[in-house]
Amino acid sequence: MIFVEDKDLVVPGDVLADDEYHTGRGTFREGKNICSSLVGLVAVRDKKVSVIPLQSKYIPKRGDVVIGKITDIRFSMWNLDVNSPYSGFLPASDVFGKEKRDLNKAFDVGDVLFLRVVDVDEVKKVKLGLKGRGLGKFRGGILIYITPTKVPRLIGKKGSMINMIKDETHCEIIVGQNGVVWVKGDPMMERVAEKVINMIEKQAHTSGLTDRVRNMLSELLGKEIEEEEIEEETEAEEVPEPEEDQIQG
Amino acid sequence: MIIILLNNNNNVRADGREFDELRPFKIEAGVLERADGSAYLEIGGNKILAAVYGPRELHVRRIMRPDMAVLRCRYNMAPFSVGERKRPGPDRRSVEISKITADALRPSVFLERFPRSTIDVFIEVLEAEGGTRCAGITAASVALADAGVPMKDLVVSCAAGKANGNVILDLSEEEDKEGEADLPVAIMPRSGEITLLQMDGHLTPDEFEKALDLAIKGCEKISAAQKEAIKNRYGEENGS
Repeated sequence: MIFVEDKDLVVPGDVLADDEYHTGRGTFREGKNICSSLVGLVAVRDKKVSVIPLQSKYIPKRGDVVIGKITDIRFSMWNLDVNSPYSGFLPASDVFGKEKRDLNKAFDVGDVLFLRVVDVDEVKKVKLGLKGRGLGKFRGGILIYITPTKVPRLIGKKGSMINMIKDETHCEIIVGQNGVVWVKGDPMMERVAEKVINMIEKQAHTSGLTDRVRNMLSELLGKEIEEEEIEEETEAEEVPEPEEDQIQG
Repeated sequence: MIIILLNNNNNVRADGREFDELRPFKIEAGVLERADGSAYLEIGGNKILAAVYGPRELHVRRIMRPDMAVLRCRYNMAPFSVGERKRPGPDRRSVEISKITADALRPSVFLERFPRSTIDVFIEVLEAEGGTRCAGITAASVALADAGVPMKDLVVSCAAGKANGNVILDLSEEEDKEGEADLPVAIMPRSGEITLLQMDGHLTPDEFEKALDLAIKGCEKISAAQKEAIKNRYGEENGS
C-alpha cells in the first residue's frame, strides 16, 4: 500500500507507504510503515520510495567535484570551506609534490579553488585534491550558493539548462556538487546569470522551469532566444533528479 | 445600545473561549533570508520567531560528539516582549526553557546523520502572553524542517492547566498567573511519544489525566497547521 503519489510534497513524519515498499533516500522505516524524514517531493521507483529534499546541506562524498574557499593555512596543508558542516583540507604535497615550499605563495586565505574530494574518512575528515582536468584556482568571477540537491536541476538534462545560461550570457560557469557556482564573464552578464541561477534555486521543485528560464533570460537580455533543445528538456522537467549519474561522471 | 457580556457564565473563560479551545494561531515557515531555516508563529498574543542554523561545523571541541550532532538551543525574550521592560540577556527562566526546548526537540532529529557537527536553534520571543515555551517548541520544529534537517516527526507543543477550578486548554497569561496549575506538553504526533512534560501547581491525578488528554488534543490541532505552514512555503510557487 502506498499513501502518496509521485511528486507529492511531504513533510517530516508523513506516512508514505507500508512494508510492501523499500525505503529510499529521505525516508525511514517505523514498524510497518515508511515515513518521510524531510520536506521534499516523493519519488517512487519500482518498489522504492524516496523523498527528494528541497533544502539540504552538502555532505562530502568521495569523487565529488566541489568549489572551496581557503580559510586557513597550516604547516603542511590548507583548510577549506566547502559549504558543508565538514571543512576540507588540501595537503601541501598534493600541490608541490615532495618539494618544500611556502604554502601562502601558492594559495592564500580567501582564494577559491575547484577541487575533487579524494577521501572522506570515518571521522568526516575531508581530504581534497587538485589532480584532474580543469581543477585549480579561480581568478576573478563571482560565487553563488545554492542548495546542493538543486545542482542537478541547474545543470539540466545533459547540461541543457546550464549550457543555455552559458550561451546566452557568454559567461564561464562551473557548478560544484556542493552547491557553489562560479560565474565569470562581463560584470553585467554575471549579474544576469546570478539572477537566473537564484530563480532556478527558488523554483527548482516546479515544472516547466526551462521555459521560464528562457523567458527570464530573453527578458533580461532584451532579445528572443530560439527554442532548439526543447524536445529533450520536457522530460528533464518531469523528474526532479534525473542527472545524478551524469554529473558525477 | 449597550451590550453586556455575560462573563459570569460558568462555561466560558475570561476571554470567552471554551475550556478546550485554543487561542487563534498562525504559523509561517521560511521568513528569514539568512538562516538555514526559520518560522514565525503567533498564538493569541504571543509572537515568536525561530531560526535554525546548521548542521554546521562545531568549533567547541569540549561538547563535540564523535557519533552524532549536538542540538543547541537558545530561548530569548525581547526586552519589549512583556508589560514591564525585561532586562535583556539570559536569566534563570530562559536558561531552563532553552534546555527543555533542546530536550524536547532532540528525540525527533536524526542527529546521528551529522557526527561532529552542531544544529543551532534560536527562539526569539517578540511578544509574550502565556505559553511561550510551547509556542517556541512548535515554531522551532517548523524551522528545523524548513532547514532540511532530517526528522522523525514534527514536535508540537501545547499547554493545559487549571484555572477557576476548571481544567482548560492553552492557558493565557492571566490564567497562568491566577490559575492553579500549568501543564506544558510536547509530543511527536504520529507516535504520540511525549518529549516534554512539565507541571507547575497542583492537580489531582484525575485532573492531571484530563489535562494531559486535553493538551494532546490541542497539539494535534496545531500539528496540522505546522504541516500546512511548511507546504504553503513551497505551494505558492507551484502555481497549482
